[in-house]
Amino acid sequence: MDLPHQGYRATKPRARAAPSAGDSVLFDDTSSAAPGMNSQGFYTPAYNMAGPSNDMQGGTGVNNLFADPMASAAMMYGSSLANQGKDMVNKEINRFMSVNKLKYFFAVDTRYVLKKLMILMFPYTHQDWEVRYHRDTPLTPRQDVNAPDLYIPTMAFITYILLAGMALGIQKRFSPEVLGLCASTALVWIIIEVLVMLLSLYLLTVHSDLSTFDLIAYSGYKYVGMIFTVLCGLMFGSDGYYVALAWSSCALMFFIVRSLKMKILPSISSDSMGMGSNSKHQLRLYITVATAVFQPIIIYWLTSHLVR
Amino acid sequence: MAFTLYSLIQAAILCINAVAVLHEERFLSKIGWGVDQSVGGFGDEPGIKVQLMNLIRSVRTVMRVPLIGVNSVCIVLLLLFG
Repeated sequence: MDLPHQGYRATKPRARAAPSAGDSVLFDDTSSAAPGMNSQGFYTPAYNMAGPSNDMQGGTGVNNLFADPMASAAMMYGSSLANQGKDMVNKEINRFMSVNKLKYFFAVDTRYVLKKLMILMFPYTHQDWEVRYHRDTPLTPRQDVNAPDLYIPTMAFITYILLAGMALGIQKRFSPEVLGLCASTALVWIIIEVLVMLLSLYLLTVHSDLSTFDLIAYSGYKYVGMIFTVLCGLMFGSDGYYVALAWSSCALMFFIVRSLKMKILPSISSDSMGMGSNSKHQLRLYITVATAVFQPIIIYWLTSHLVR
Repeated sequence: MAFTLYSLIQAAILCINAVAVLHEERFLSKIGWGVDQSVGGFGDEPGIKVQLMNLIRSVRTVMRVPLIGVNSVCIVLLLLFG
């Protein structure tokens, strides 16, 4: 697990020294170069492809490839079809969401994940909440601990579903449909919360750089609190559940308010533009606080039935 | 409250139907939310009401035709599977 990361870290300074098209701060995406070369190799006629590999493989290899030229020709054709299909699927997916933007959110490493989990559970000692930039592009989560990521929310979501199944099994209320129901309920609440946030940000014309994925990330961080709460409820009974609920609610509210305050509320400049901006400032404050207050409610809603 | 994705889709369809049903001249102009009343301050950021009116108008323009198909599909599914 460490070796590929060290490889990435070794190549990153070189990539940053020669920035290219904004992708330089992401990890080196060698996967986009390789299939191009491979597909060119596959598009050559099967005969040519069989020829060089023949020379490389030796006697028995010759028999395997050439014993049924129809099979090898069909294999070449099939793989070229598969590559065409893969390119088409990639193109269609890229129309809906930018895969590069998604890759930014998964560029994490263990150090970042550990620090972020600690900040989520105990955010009161964290000093600097600014998201750092590198020439107008936000830094990847690997380099900036304040950057939102999608790895922790995804893993926490899956862990929460598994934990819910386990908790229900302990209470002898488990059946496989319940697992799917729990998963879709949690997913629906995330979707509702992200849609309400997007709607309110649009209505108040908040020109922030919070994209949809950022909002999904911030609303997915509550699953870490939920997992902690459910675990404490399972281990220490009802009292432990309420104590853990209070702790993770306060920590999450603090975290959300501090993180979103930077992005939503305007930086306080000395010359504010008259009285009209006061109500707007108030409304933005309301949105931030409402988002924060919503977190404990949903944590309680989604976990109370697991810890009876 | 156990949600499935299908109930979310149903709720979304109902909400968009509700927005699409608001008639321009019979209702929205009467309460001062028509499109002719949204021309406001240039250069200053539009307020919440203007944004909401723009949102309603754009939802109605965009979703009129797809809603016909989506509603028909939903009706058939509800008739078949309850």
